[in-house]
Amino acid sequence: MSDLFNLKNLPTDLKPAVVDLLYRLADDSILIGHRNSEWTGIGPILEEDIAFSSMAQDKMGHAAAYYTLLHELGEQDPDTLAFMRDAHDFRCCQFVALGNIAPDAPAESPDNCNNPTRDRLMAHGDWAISFVRQFLFVQADVVRNSALESSRYDPLASLCRKIRGELRYHTMHAESTLRHLAHGTDDSRDRIKKSFVYLWPYALGLFEATAHDQALADACICPTQADLQREWRARIDPMLADAGLTIDESVQPKFGGRTGKHEQALVDALADMQKVYRLEPTATW
Amino acid sequence: MVQTVLGQRNDKPGDPGYEESLARFEARIARGDKVEPGDWMPDAYRQQLIRLIHVHANSEICGALPEGTWICHAPSLKRKMALVAKVQDEVGHGQLLYRAAETLGKSREEMIDELISGKAKYSNVFHYPAESWADVCVIAWLIDAAAIVNQKMMAEGSYGPYARALKRICYEEAFHLTHGYDMCISMATGTKLQRDMLQNAINRWWEPIMMFHGPSDKESKHTEQLMKWRIKLKTNDQQRQEFLQKYLPKLFNLGLTVPAEWNLKLDPQTKEWTYAEPDWEKFIGVVRGGGPVSAQRLETRRLSHEQGRWIREALTAAARGQRAPMPAA
Ligand SMILES: [Fe+2]
Ligand SMILES: [Fe+2]
Repeated sequence: MSDLFNLKNLPTDLKPAVVDLLYRLADDSILIGHRNSEWTGIGPILEEDIAFSSMAQDKMGHAAAYYTLLHELGEQDPDTLAFMRDAHDFRCCQFVALGNIAPDAPAESPDNCNNPTRDRLMAHGDWAISFVRQFLFVQADVVRNSALESSRYDPLASLCRKIRGELRYHTMHAESTLRHLAHGTDDSRDRIKKSFVYLWPYALGLFEATAHDQALADACICPTQADLQREWRARIDPMLADAGLTIDESVQPKFGGRTGKHEQALVDALADMQKVYRLEPTATW
Repeated sequence: MVQTVLGQRNDKPGDPGYEESLARFEARIARGDKVEPGDWMPDAYRQQLIRLIHVHANSEICGALPEGTWICHAPSLKRKMALVAKVQDEVGHGQLLYRAAETLGKSREEMIDELISGKAKYSNVFHYPAESWADVCVIAWLIDAAAIVNQKMMAEGSYGPYARALKRICYEEAFHLTHGYDMCISMATGTKLQRDMLQNAINRWWEPIMMFHGPSDKESKHTEQLMKWRIKLKTNDQQRQEFLQKYLPKLFNLGLTVPAEWNLKLDPQTKEWTYAEPDWEKFIGVVRGGGPVSAQRLETRRLSHEQGRWIREALTAAARGQRAPMPAA
C-alpha cells in the first residue's frame, strides 16, 4: 500500500469520512458495552454475569479509545462525546441500542430498589436476546477489526491491532455458548431461535453504508460495508446452521442508525447513561 | 448434606476417638498448619466455616446489587469501566467463595436457595439502598475498607481453601479501595452539589458502617471458639477499632464529618477511638431481613436465579452431551 495516513497528513477531503467512521465504531462500542453491563451483578448465572461484565468493560475501553482518536482529530473530549450528545448525534446502529427485553414484554415491573431499567430487566429481561445479539455483534466486530488492522489511517490500524487480543475471548465465548445453548434443551433452542428472528433485521443494520462508504474503501481506510457483511456471513453462516438457525434472506434491514435515526431504545439508554453526568457537566466525577 | 453419604467421620463429641483426633487437630492449628478439605476436622469447625463462608459469599453477590444499580448512570467513561470491573470482581468473589464452601460439603445451588429463602444471612450493609451516585463512592471506599480489615485477618485463618480464596480477594479489594477513595476525593474536592451529595451519603451510611464488623465482643457468642480454631484472629471490636484508626483521619482530611450522635473521640491515652455503642438489636433485625430493602434484595436475587434456570438446564444437558435432535434447516 502507498504511504500511511496519520493525524498530520490525512487529506482534508477524507477527514469527514474518517470522523464518521470513528463515530460509528465508538458509538457501537459504548452502546453494546452499556447494554451488556445492565446485567452486571444480576446476570442469570454467575459465570455469564462475569463474562458479560468483562466484555462490556472491554467495549467501553474500545469506545474510550475511539473517542480519543476523534478528539485528536478536533472533536470534543471523550466524556463530552459520550455524555453530552443527544440520540440524533449518535452514529451507532439501532441493533446495539436495543434493550435486553423482548419487545412485547409488559411495561410495568415491581420496584426492587435497583433502578427502573434494572427492575424491568429483572422482571422481564431476556438474556437470550442479549446473548444472541452479543454473538452476532462480536462476529461483526472481529471482521471489522481485522480489516481495520491494515487501515491506511494508521492511528486506527494500530488501535485495532491492540484490540485484536481482547476480541479473541469475545468470539470464543460467543461460539462455545451458542453451541451449548443450541444443543442444550428444547427450551434453550426455542429461546435462541426466537431471539435470532427478532434480532436479524437489526443485525443487518450493522452494515448500513454511509455516504462515505466508497471514499473510505477507495482510500484503503475501511472496506465497504457490503464487503464486510459478506465476510461476516461467511463466518457466521456455518455456525448458525450448526445451531439450527435459518436465515430469512427476504428480511429488510433496520437502517437509520448510521445517519442518526434511532428508536426509543437509544433515547432510553442515553437517559440512563447521561443522568448523573448532566447534573453538573463541568464537574469532575 | 454430603456428610451422611461419606459415612461416619467420628467428628462429634462422644464419637469414638473424638478426643484424640481433636487434640491432634488443635495441635496442628497451634503449629499454624492449614486444614485441607480431606483432613479430619471437628464437625463444629466444619459447620462454623460453612456458615461463615456462606454468609461471606452471599454478601459478595448481594453487595453487587447497590453498586450495580449505578453502572448505567456512572458519570464518566473511566468511572463506568471501573465500576463494571469492581462489581464483576464482587460476583467473582462470590463464585470463588461458594466454591470454597463446597469443599466442606455444601453445594452452591443449596446455598443460593437458602439465601433466596431468607434462611442464610448476608452482610448488614447490603440491606440498605444506594440512593445517589455518592453512595457508590462511599460503598467502594469505606465499606470495601471495612471489608478489607476483616478479610485480611480471615486470610490468615486455618482453613486452606478459604484462606487462599481470601488472598486473591484481598488483592482485588485493594483496587476497589483505590477506586473508591479516588471517587470520594473527586466528590469532596468538587462542586458544592458533589460535596453535599457525599456528606449526605456518609451520614446515611455511617450507622451501617459502624455495625459492619458485627456485635460488640460482649455480645458476640461465636468469637471465642472461632479464635481458638484460628477461623477468626481478631474480635469484632478490634476490627472496628482498626478500621476507625485507619480511615477516620482520611475522612476528616477530606473535610467530611461523621454524625455527632456517634460521639467519636480519640482517647489520648490509648490512642483508640471511643464511640456510642451501635444499636445491636437493630442490627440483628436488619440481618434477619428487616432492613430498608432486605425484601427487594432477596427478590432481585430470586428473579436473577429464576432467569438463569433455562441456562443452567441447557448447560447441564449440553455437558451431558445430550444433543437434542436438530430440526432440518
Ligand atoms: Fe469482594
Ligand atoms: Fe470489593
